Amino acid sequence: MAADEQNRAKQVLGPDDVRRAITRMAHEIIERNRGSSGVAVVGIQTGGVWVAAALAAEIERIESESPELRVGSVDASLYRDDIGLRPVSPGAVSELAFTIDDTTVVLVDDVLYTGRTVRAALDAIGDYGRPRSVQLAVLVDRGHRELPIRPDYVGKNLPTSSDETVVVTHDGVEIS
Amino acid sequence: MTRSLLSISELGEAGIRRILDLADHMAEVNRRPNPKVPALRGKTVCNLFFEDSTRTRLSFETAAKRLSADTMTFAVSQSSLNKGESLRDTIETIAAMGVDAFVIRHGSSGAPWQLGQWTDASVVNAGDGWHAHPTQALLDMYTVRTALHRREGFDGVRVAIVGDIKHSRVARSTSAAFRLLGADVTFVSPRTLLPPVHDEPSTARLDDVLGDIDVLYLLRMQRERMNEALVPSLREYTMRFGLTPARAARLGEHVLVMHPGPMNRGVEMAVDPAELRGNVITKQVANGISVRMAVLFDLLGSGSESSLAGGIDA
Repeated sequence: MAADEQNRAKQVLGPDDVRRAITRMAHEIIERNRGSSGVAVVGIQTGGVWVAAALAAEIERIESESPELRVGSVDASLYRDDIGLRPVSPGAVSELAFTIDDTTVVLVDDVLYTGRTVRAALDAIGDYGRPRSVQLAVLVDRGHRELPIRPDYVGKNLPTSSDETVVVTHDGVEIS
Repeated sequence: MTRSLLSISELGEAGIRRILDLADHMAEVNRRPNPKVPALRGKTVCNLFFEDSTRTRLSFETAAKRLSADTMTFAVSQSSLNKGESLRDTIETIAAMGVDAFVIRHGSSGAPWQLGQWTDASVVNAGDGWHAHPTQALLDMYTVRTALHRREGFDGVRVAIVGDIKHSRVARSTSAAFRLLGADVTFVSPRTLLPPVHDEPSTARLDDVLGDIDVLYLLRMQRERMNEALVPSLREYTMRFGLTPARAARLGEHVLVMHPGPMNRGVEMAVDPAELRGNVITKQVANGISVRMAVLFDLLGSGSESSLAGGIDA
């Protein structure tokens, strides 16, 4: 953040690319799970929530005959491994208004980086119940994993250096 | 850097809002079938209660355990203080065992500050003398905020705090917090039980304010005040300042009725609180756990801006 002048953002995906990536991932989720029944789409607070909502909307559009898709969000801030090392800044509160026992949870985040947030979110999910399985969907995989975590669905693989910042919104993906 | 929670004025408006936002997360944890998170694993919280307390001590203990912190409870009556050990030596001994936070209740105003001089651990004031009880104030703010759906603040909310204002640390902390969030506070109290200096408007006539309030906050009438002849009799106190059936009937439907406990039934609370529409007294107790979890997490789970290299995982 120190060098604002250097903050020349480079757009790597436009709004249409983001929309197409989400549509493709929705198809992949349906294909792999043979439909959407028994699937729950859970976004990680806060960046994963809009991606989860967009994915869920696409899945429901494609599988319009299926019963209503379960959609929720999970806040991982009380499960992080860096508690006490950085300022407390929890996002919004978890919303899981359904039991996740025996569901296939598709955990959704905007950017996959070190994998530590996903690790924390897996622990959080485990406190709500025992899903049949958990799959991971991310809009951008920027590499630099520090834990053995691998996404099942990826919108875009994006090689980055660790001093770059990746910003993902409906309007596209920018590196700065 | 060690941080402590000693009073509402030191916490400030931004600090109050930070704790209340965190308390939303803790309340969500408390709604789960298994209300426990690993957030404060490896931290130790020591409860030092030099005054009797049921709800505050149990509330802090529960809060610490739900965050997976270890707890120690120091029972003054069974301690070496009775063998003549000084308080300072006792504190330094406990601190040497590795304590991250002390939760202290003490009959002397300022005791938590004194404790803070002797230890590097965080200190949480759980009530000191007539002075302050900041976690009670925070749980009261959280209760009003959730019951009235007033996340943004309390502008225009009218609060009457009724009873022994002068000797009440609850009144001091809670009125300060209400005012920092924008509420209008009126003290309703016998003249003998009003502090000599106060900024809030005051009246000795509860019936005058009853129709124009959103929150009725009843304080416990401490029986020992009778002996000091500050109130003629409990019966007269109830007639003038108690929530009687006649007064309850006059309360607007939206009015929240609050009490910090322990309640004197038949004195300040002369109706069955279960029959009051706006009774949030048990909610106050439940919210106390969420708010104290938020306080402990804020003190022990927070680090400085620069200490984690490489930034946070997106």
